[in-house]
Amino acid sequence: MTTRRDFLQRTAALSAVLPMGWRPAFGKEALSQQGLLDMPPVGRLTLIHLSDIHAQLRPIHFREPSWNLGVGEVRGLVPHLTGHDLLARYGIAAGSALAHALAYPDFTDLARSYGPMGGLDRIATVIAAIRAERGAGNCLLLDSGDSWQNSYTALETAGQDMVALLARLSPDAMVGHWEFTLGQRRVEELVAQLGFPFLAQNIRDTAWGDPVFDGTAHFERAGTRIAVIGQAFPYTPIANPRWMVPDWSFGIREGELRASVEAARSAGAEVVVVLSHNGFDVDRKLAGRVAGIDVILTGHTHDALPEPVQVGRTLVVASGSHGKFVGRLDLDVRNGEVQGWGFRLIPVFSDVISPEPEMSAAIAEMRAPHEVHLRRVVGETDTLLYRRGNFNGTFDDVICDAMLSQRDAEIALSPGFRWGASVLPGEITAEDVYNATAMTYPECYRMTMTGARLHEVLEDVADNLFNPDPYFQQGGDMVRVGGLGFSIDVGAAMGRRISDMTLLRTGEAIESGRDYAVAGWASVNAGTTGPPIWDVVFDHLRDHGPVAPGGGSHVRVTGA
Amino acid sequence: MSTPRPRIRLSATDISAGEVIDVRTLISHTMETGNRRDGDGNLVPRNIIHTFRAEYDGEVVFEAAMEPAISANPYMQFNVAPRRSGTLRLIWLTDDGLEITAEEAITVS
Amino acid sequence: MHVDLTRRQALAVAGAAVAMLSTGAFVGPASAANDARDQLLAFTGGVEPQMGRVALDMPEIAENGNAVPMNVIVDSPMTDEDHVRRLMILADGNPSPAVATFHFSPLAGVAQANTRIRLGGTQNVLAVAEMSDGSFFMDVREVKVTIGGCGG
Repeated sequence: MTTRRDFLQRTAALSAVLPMGWRPAFGKEALSQQGLLDMPPVGRLTLIHLSDIHAQLRPIHFREPSWNLGVGEVRGLVPHLTGHDLLARYGIAAGSALAHALAYPDFTDLARSYGPMGGLDRIATVIAAIRAERGAGNCLLLDSGDSWQNSYTALETAGQDMVALLARLSPDAMVGHWEFTLGQRRVEELVAQLGFPFLAQNIRDTAWGDPVFDGTAHFERAGTRIAVIGQAFPYTPIANPRWMVPDWSFGIREGELRASVEAARSAGAEVVVVLSHNGFDVDRKLAGRVAGIDVILTGHTHDALPEPVQVGRTLVVASGSHGKFVGRLDLDVRNGEVQGWGFRLIPVFSDVISPEPEMSAAIAEMRAPHEVHLRRVVGETDTLLYRRGNFNGTFDDVICDAMLSQRDAEIALSPGFRWGASVLPGEITAEDVYNATAMTYPECYRMTMTGARLHEVLEDVADNLFNPDPYFQQGGDMVRVGGLGFSIDVGAAMGRRISDMTLLRTGEAIESGRDYAVAGWASVNAGTTGPPIWDVVFDHLRDHGPVAPGGGSHVRVTGA
Repeated sequence: MSTPRPRIRLSATDISAGEVIDVRTLISHTMETGNRRDGDGNLVPRNIIHTFRAEYDGEVVFEAAMEPAISANPYMQFNVAPRRSGTLRLIWLTDDGLEITAEEAITVS
Repeated sequence: MHVDLTRRQALAVAGAAVAMLSTGAFVGPASAANDARDQLLAFTGGVEPQMGRVALDMPEIAENGNAVPMNVIVDSPMTDEDHVRRLMILADGNPSPAVATFHFSPLAGVAQANTRIRLGGTQNVLAVAEMSDGSFFMDVREVKVTIGGCGG
């Protein structure tokens, strides 16, 4: 297939335009905690932003994507720049610590130099330092959600570990998405424990259309009245199982959001913040259509941007995922409006930022009963395992290969989740596998699907990702495939993007009327049966020996 | 089958003249489309609520002629702006001849 | 003659809708599964509705095709002299296009209704209002009905 050639051409083109100074040096940039935290202060008010931690309590590696294509009006705009393009956009030197945090090039080598990122105990140190500098009464700590799921312990405790440990940070508000995969009753239980608002202006009960959660919370900090309006992931009952939240209806609800902004202003808010799990492009569009929002703290699409994107008078802040970053936004509010701002995307290098001892102890205590199970070596990899990117990542290749071999399937489908920590070459632990698979509907099904149905599935997911109207985008990546090759024209209309579907085992074209044995996991349908996907991966790694996936060589991309 | 009991929510029942009341209604009904087949492969006959009507002291306020494309357990929301105290009467009519009614008293001061 | 006239008017309506909708939603790939256009023209007596005054609000993507929320409001003073007489809802991709027809009296105060509808697939929903002066106005929304399951 031509993907490799395309890739080499792309790399060659980049080499031609980049000055010599961009060549990566594998030496370690000297870092200090103070250096990572320092920023020139602006005004008195500070918003501290966490997003998409995905229940990662300990430092991890997370490779940012090579492919994060933008279509339509956002083509070529951040966050749709990756690798060297992203670094060039912000003038970040390749090989530097920030380059490693934000971009994929030389990931494995730089990961070994700079070490893992994140960890809730390091995040606690960062937040304490900001509060100490700015005054705790002048700060708001806001969490864009995806905090309570996607690690082993979060699954085992049904989110209790995250709720208890995050409470130690004293957040002021949060919103949700994967939280809802705990089911609506469990969400209600956990929300009742929070002691701070779980906001969702866009969740209504399906019977009467009444609000289920508070939509807006009002605060006074630094002598300023602030309204925070919460926006849950609008497509939760579509992207995740609707049967888990049967009485709740979501949606963007732009009209209701506009009314909430107006109501907040009428109630005297000087600063209006939307705490969002919409995804970046949805929030960028929203910022251009709903007047009166000062700041959108966005989440869901896992973008890490060193500067806010300005849409009119609205700042859109994206603070990354998996605990790699803490966003600090200083606001200078005078005469009832925002007059100035300063921002720092603080990279949480876990070898540089000291862990907050009480949080470290609490994490260790919570993990203690599970440590032996989590540290168990279950396999070995010769190449970096990662997921993030529009098309197959190497970890997805391992998961797909596991389904093909363990479930005796011709074709494997694996969801395009954007979460999942990366694993450096070497041993694979059980925790590494859980970090890419832990969720509440993990059953690995095996079924027959016609070629026509497979085509329909690929087209449907492709439109969720590449519809030119952001309001139709669901924010995941393309469904990952094993045993199947295809071409995708991302710029084409729905129904015409996917072609050249090939059964890799035989090299034959997929026939629309033929039945194929398909294995997959994370079905949104109730009653799906099969072993949990992590067991399928464990068995595969045990049987297969060391893996060395290359990532996505059977998907050919055009129209980008 | 027992007669379905409608559920009704009014934004207010005691208003001053000129105010608009928001009326929300829910009623349990399968809204059988007539296109569905049962376990034996036979078409299930169409049986829907074909009409919903709201009257205020006998005068029609709002009426919906409903087709099988209206969802099961129909939800219907509309408005009424009464100029004097009176009774809001809600009526649902089904294909199989049921007439389900409910009444709400409204005070206008 | 009658048939030819109807067809020509139908094309004119479709053309006007396309010209006025930046999305071109009225005649998208999902269209023409049924005779929505004919029913629209039967409702208007062949008159071409103008875009405007009707605001149809529906989710961009349906969570559940069996119950898609639909809100419609018509800009009208709702007086005895100037009000909305009827409002027809059509879905152009269902087996049958008719969804509902609402009748409002001035006693309603506001020409607005909210209900939930069945959509068998991605398609356009149309709301056409007949005003008391005999003029017709409309709005169109495309609603996507998806397989779902891969977000996050």
